[in-house]
Amino acid sequence: MALTAAPGATRRPGRPTPSPQPTPARRAGRGRRVRDNLTGHTFLVGALVCFAVFSWYPMVRGVVMSFQRTRRGETTWVGWDNYARIIADPSFWTAWKNTFVFTGLALVLGYAVPFLVAILLNELRHATGYLRVLVYLPVMLPPASALFLFKFYAYDPSGAGLFNAVLTALGLPTSEWMQSPTMTMPAMVLASTWMNMGGAVLIYLAALQNVPGELYEAAELDGAGLWRRIVHVTVPQTRLILALLAMLQIVATMQLFIEPLILANGAGTQDSATSVAYLIYQHGFFQNDLNGAAALGVIMLVVLAGFSAVYLRLTARQD
Amino acid sequence: MAADPTTRTLIAPAQLRRGRGRILYWTVLTVVVVVFTLVFLGPLYWMVTGALKSGQEIAQTPPSLFPHDPQPGNYVDAWTNLDLAKLLFNTFYYATGAVLFQLVFDTAAAYALSKLRPVLGGLILAMMLATLMIPAMVLIVPQYVTVIDLPVVHLNLLDSPFAIWLPLVANAFNIFLLKRFFDSIPDDLMAAAVVDGASPLRTLWSIVLPMSRPILGVVAIFAVTAVWKDFLWPKLVMPSPETRTVSVGIYAFAGGTPMNVVIAASVIAAIPTVVLFLIFQRNIMSGLTTGGLKG
Repeated sequence: MALTAAPGATRRPGRPTPSPQPTPARRAGRGRRVRDNLTGHTFLVGALVCFAVFSWYPMVRGVVMSFQRTRRGETTWVGWDNYARIIADPSFWTAWKNTFVFTGLALVLGYAVPFLVAILLNELRHATGYLRVLVYLPVMLPPASALFLFKFYAYDPSGAGLFNAVLTALGLPTSEWMQSPTMTMPAMVLASTWMNMGGAVLIYLAALQNVPGELYEAAELDGAGLWRRIVHVTVPQTRLILALLAMLQIVATMQLFIEPLILANGAGTQDSATSVAYLIYQHGFFQNDLNGAAALGVIMLVVLAGFSAVYLRLTARQD
Repeated sequence: MAADPTTRTLIAPAQLRRGRGRILYWTVLTVVVVVFTLVFLGPLYWMVTGALKSGQEIAQTPPSLFPHDPQPGNYVDAWTNLDLAKLLFNTFYYATGAVLFQLVFDTAAAYALSKLRPVLGGLILAMMLATLMIPAMVLIVPQYVTVIDLPVVHLNLLDSPFAIWLPLVANAFNIFLLKRFFDSIPDDLMAAAVVDGASPLRTLWSIVLPMSRPILGVVAIFAVTAVWKDFLWPKLVMPSPETRTVSVGIYAFAGGTPMNVVIAASVIAAIPTVVLFLIFQRNIMSGLTTGGLKG
């Protein structure tokens, strides 16, 4: 049987093939091309059904659900009621504030650190394999395992905790960690960064290896010091990947969920850990309010779409 | 993975080989190796040895660097009290199924989109890639509602492994990765097979797949780690104690179990992915960068 060698993916069957060299498709008749399309769709059908049922349909369903209310098996349209109820929840604004604080702190710590680590590793000529394995190792731990380690051993508020022991050894004041409302967010960012930075480091390392060495040489001849070379050569040369990972990181950190769930038992001291994703989980699966949770999901989608729009504007302008 | 020593990076190689630069380089290298070992391996050491300490020893200030009186019993307790064998078997079963489902359906789809190019293929690919833009948390509620009452067939997939396997097939990243790899296989090779009368399935099986082993390996490893690391989705769709994954099981027991035992269980739960990583580190790291860089 012939393969459809037509170059255009959306070509309709029956149109003449303007392909430059003879291909099996040129010899194929109309019936054969229909059959080839059928074969193609047969190969696609498994993935297509899964996408349709578990991705495309839930997207629509989520929006529809957010305007409905299901009580005792009866579904009615309620307009914006779910949104009103969700916004009136006293935790709503706290959750957004916490989520933004987490995203912001994670950008300061979790975004700059992997880039600097990658720059450092890229300069080293020894132990490179070992260091890369080390940095990526936490990424392979199940997050629940890693977070129990932080919760019980590292963030133990007494002097028996790992971090407090290190602080004491350095002569610094100890911290209450998750027991303190002001330390909750930094502690969660620290744990999250430790768990997740490996991926970003490896991606930056790959990007750094594509920076042409001549640029550094030229900059050095012009008298640019180490810092100026980073700012004027490294950053501009890797800015597309920097922007992409910033975007991906914002989307990931805005979905903050398992850190508050395990480290802070959900809400944390004085609601200091409640995140938007945790609120979705609370409403949907504990307060029996799937419609409200769907509405909150739609709000989250709109906010993240806003970020993406800003990202696209910024990157489009640069080119 | 090491950079070619002759390539120029931020700092000139010549500068690092002479006098002060050389001393500085070795100092920085030593500091980096020590600090990174402490930062990334230290907590793991703390975890493994901490789980060996007794309840009193873990509460003492300052904490001890080595367990004075090792209690391997904590690990035994974790294994028996949490029924870790069952939890690990469940997770392993879901991970294996996820690998098979993803390899079969995503490979077939990527092959169709790359080589068979049926009508509307471009649109389908675009719609698949669009799902990458949708954060998982946004979909969690409607996905859950879908799984407890599948459209058309009205099946409830709660506690069925299909609730984990099928949604994982809808992985646009895999399709993208595989399609890009298949795109790099020259059409001439395929045309030769067609001339010999091979069917598309035959071509996929005997020409495309053998050439694609590295990328199939990457997809399989990522599928295993994704299932092993996932938490919220299995927690929602596998509510019974008998069907739980290992992370969810430990979380469910964490409240009423001594913390040493919880940590011991966490260590055991982490062993499979860490071992997998140490064996396949090259594939994992190269798969990550090829997918991430050009994506």
